[in-house]
Amino acid sequence: MRIGTDREACAGAGMCALTAPAVFTQDDDDGRVVVLEREPDGEDAEAARAAVRLCPSRAITLSD
Amino acid sequence: MARNPARTTGAGSEPVALPTGRAPGCPFDPPPELDRLRTAEPLTRMAYFDGHVGWLVTNHATARAVLADPRFSNRPDVKHTVFATVPRPGGARQPAAPGWFINMDPPDHTRYRRMLTGRFTVHRMRRLEPRIAAITADRLDAMERAGTSTDLVSAFALPIPSLVICELLGVPYSDHTLFEEQSSVMVDLESTEQQTMAALGTLTDYLAGLVRRTRTAPGDDLLGGLVAEGELSDEELTNIALILLVAGHETTANMLALGTFALLRHPRQLAAFRADDALAANAVEELLRYLSILHLGAPTRAALEDVELDGRLVRKGETVMVSLPAVNRDPDMFPDSADLRLDRTGARRHLAFGHGVHQCLGQQLARVEMRIAYRALFERFPGLRLAVPAAEVPLRETSAVYGVRRLPVTWAAPS
Repeated sequence: MRIGTDREACAGAGMCALTAPAVFTQDDDDGRVVVLEREPDGEDAEAARAAVRLCPSRAITLSD
Repeated sequence: MARNPARTTGAGSEPVALPTGRAPGCPFDPPPELDRLRTAEPLTRMAYFDGHVGWLVTNHATARAVLADPRFSNRPDVKHTVFATVPRPGGARQPAAPGWFINMDPPDHTRYRRMLTGRFTVHRMRRLEPRIAAITADRLDAMERAGTSTDLVSAFALPIPSLVICELLGVPYSDHTLFEEQSSVMVDLESTEQQTMAALGTLTDYLAGLVRRTRTAPGDDLLGGLVAEGELSDEELTNIALILLVAGHETTANMLALGTFALLRHPRQLAAFRADDALAANAVEELLRYLSILHLGAPTRAALEDVELDGRLVRKGETVMVSLPAVNRDPDMFPDSADLRLDRTGARRHLAFGHGVHQCLGQQLARVEMRIAYRALFERFPGLRLAVPAAEVPLRETSAVYGVRRLPVTWAAPS
């Protein structure tokens, strides 16, 4: 599984950093998504899937 | 409350009025009519204050679709309002004032939001935890010194978020009575237009003065930081400060008091909460879902073009309101949705903070405040209980932000 992000779409709500903190964090300046782990597995992959569902602005995508 | 005249029952051609009547003895449950609508017609025609016939959404999937769709606008000059009172500068059917970003669409909204999101990140809010814990402990000390009973709203639920947002923004807490009172008038739908505009005017004047003082001596706080960046006019800074100050205390204060009331009325859930530190974060999500305090008249969006939604045609110019209490009790998303279950899987899928690009800017702050404050309260006062019968707790039924007006509690040893 590979993570893709769209920083233009990102609203900086922080749902990804809250839900999958090993995979995502936020830019200190503008709060936008920063990927820590591009290809997570195991529990982190599960958390990343939850983060995709929770993202309010559809800024995260997953590909196989 | 200035209510539209349409009837509240009957799916079909007649538009409904927004259901507002909660069942007697059920202070935590949305009006039962919302459940009926969700089952019968989750996207239904609804009458708005000015006679506009728009829509009401009561199911989770459609709510997410509307709130994330850029074809739906949040601009007040294209939206209709559900109630007569409009607590924002300019009033109904007028464009958003400079800095009033919550009622702008991208890209105007994006520009303001990106100046602010970096100040409310998950990590920054976690760094505030020790300070929020200290503020909470101070309030608990004061309660303990004052006796064995209190009104939890004025002693605990309101001062904690007020103190926190004041420090964060750079607003002197000594002025808290002024902004707490005016804010409460602003969000009460029973306020007359005159009262609402007067409250907004008082707050605007107050914050404009603060912005001018900040210009001469910018501090190490959010307002000082925005001044130092030098991109925003005084009017923009004043409106941004007003939004953050009102949203920063009114909502969390009501969640703290109503959430405590709910925990006290669910003793088994409260016992589980007290027994397990690890439950606190999920408990906060479940309380947000279960209580959905933003309950009347918002959020709304207007279609910028014809949009097919849930098999219906929403025409350009029509306004859609999402009932957050209804969508957060949608059984398709939350099994046994009427039950408070602090260990609920997927509780975080609630839309209590909204959805889409306008999702609450301060949500990570609110989460930290609630997680710390609920736990500290029940740790300090393990025997906390209501000091009056539950039916006598006065509710904020006419406020856009639901909650309790007072919460009389005691921690005296039972006699």
